[in-house]
Amino acid sequence: MDTLRKDHQIIASLIDKGSKVLDLGCGDGSLLKKLSELKNASIQGVEIDPEKIKECSKAGVPVIHADIDEGLSDYPDKSYDFIICSQTLQAVHKPQKVLDEILRVGKKGIVIFPNFGHWKIRKMLFFGGIMPRSNELPYNWYDSPNIHHLTIRDFKKFCGNEGIVIEKEYCFKSLEQEKPRFLANLLCRYGMFVISR
Amino acid sequence: MEEKGGKQSVGLVKPETVTFDSVELECGRKLSPVDVCYETYGRLNSDKDNAVLVAHALSGDAHAAGLHSDDDKKPGWWDIFIGPGKGIDTDKYFVICSNIIGGCKGSSGPGSINKKDNKPYGTAFPPITVRDMVTVQKRLIDHLGIKSILAVIGGSLGGMQVLQWAVDYPAAVKSAIVIASTAKLSAQGIAFNAVGREAITSDPNWFKGDYYDKGKKPEKGLAIARMIGHITYLSEDVIEQKFGRKTKSDKDTDSGDFPARVDFTQDEYEIESYLSYQGDSFVKRFDANSYLYISKAMDAFDLYQDYGSLEKAFKNVKSGFLVVSYTSDWLFPAWQSKEIVKALKANNIPVTYYNIKSESGHDSFLVEKEISELEGVVSPFLDNIRGG
Repeated sequence: MDTLRKDHQIIASLIDKGSKVLDLGCGDGSLLKKLSELKNASIQGVEIDPEKIKECSKAGVPVIHADIDEGLSDYPDKSYDFIICSQTLQAVHKPQKVLDEILRVGKKGIVIFPNFGHWKIRKMLFFGGIMPRSNELPYNWYDSPNIHHLTIRDFKKFCGNEGIVIEKEYCFKSLEQEKPRFLANLLCRYGMFVISR
Repeated sequence: MEEKGGKQSVGLVKPETVTFDSVELECGRKLSPVDVCYETYGRLNSDKDNAVLVAHALSGDAHAAGLHSDDDKKPGWWDIFIGPGKGIDTDKYFVICSNIIGGCKGSSGPGSINKKDNKPYGTAFPPITVRDMVTVQKRLIDHLGIKSILAVIGGSLGGMQVLQWAVDYPAAVKSAIVIASTAKLSAQGIAFNAVGREAITSDPNWFKGDYYDKGKKPEKGLAIARMIGHITYLSEDVIEQKFGRKTKSDKDTDSGDFPARVDFTQDEYEIESYLSYQGDSFVKRFDANSYLYISKAMDAFDLYQDYGSLEKAFKNVKSGFLVVSYTSDWLFPAWQSKEIVKALKANNIPVTYYNIKSESGHDSFLVEKEISELEGVVSPFLDNIRGG
């Protein structure tokens, strides 16, 4: 497991052998492929980008070309053990609906997002007075696919309000490197949550 | 035989025919004997596990790739997709394509001789279904000594056959590739087919199907059926781009005098002469009765009704699936493919779905400028099925 990126390592450790896993915004399918190899998981990806669909085909990862915002109505209740939503939540139009659907269709959700509360981002906005750009959020305000920025604190508050249980919580300095959760909202570039309802 | 992009053709090919004593059809009648015309490209490996079966659409035939002779003007109907290094790579796969029964290109159909009276069947030919087409293809596969097919692939009516294969022979189909198709023909689809059939059966030269010895055929009716069909295979965009309101260049413009009678039979716009040309050239290569039989088989195709629901239809399916639709296809629209995907998911069947952005309508899977996107998913999909 050494070659796996840290966030993927953690996800792989969370998932039981033989689980059914759905990855929303699965990209090139590399995480799902690993989960199938390491955990014998039964995998399915969802992706909106045609180029990524072809990459998934190359990786041998089954992928459905769909817009997550249009919902998961095709999927029965609790039909997946885990639903992964990695760096996708900030790019959807209706994050609340998507999270609802994740917890309807999945027994557990694993959500990863770039933390807009990181001190460097705050600094850029505060001192520079411009919309922050970083390695995690590299876009200009006018061409960014990320339309719902959120912080780790935002997410936890949201879960509290919505009756969503946060089972586990991880922080990342980068996706290669986990960090202690001390002052997470200020010091972490990514937050990762295992949620259920 | 180098083509564009350095991709090769399969070269010269020869159709073969195998004859089976009899086949029991879904209607309960027996067809005897049954000829099946087929072509193969590439080599069957020693384990006989690299076969890809191609199912053709309404107007297709067994000649999917290559040329029949050196001076052949047109290659097989899917030559852009089948060949060395192409979407279905004949360096890797043994590709089989057979003419469906009910057809008119070498397999038994209404134009074949009825043993009973040594005359062409005409409408005495039994009604056929998509399942019958598949039953006969299975006999061919058995005849070739192939127990498991790597993939069955087809577009439109071909895709219906692919679905039927996966449902009827789950153990024999490793993967299924369904392109621009549906698990039941829509009312709109039936409607267009009905107009096409009406054009044929109202042609005075149809003679209730017994025109084979009359020295004339329902050419006009078949041509009209083809014209209507052709419009449904294109998109509004592509017709607008290609033809717009362009008029024919040889049209008489402003000669000053009006003729005593208006001639409505002359084509005025380019789209008209294009459709006339499509109709006329189709008549030369296709049998009107086959058009009736095959379009009826399409109308009747309904996996929902056959099994109570599509979900139930796929209950025993074992194949992995690739489902492809086209954004500009209004005859077999994307939602019909999405229903297939949904029913497969409900049965825990791994499925890849790609809704390809296209301009060319239902025919997109046959159009050269659209083919690279299809290749982009089919080729790696096949590689993975073969590898795994």
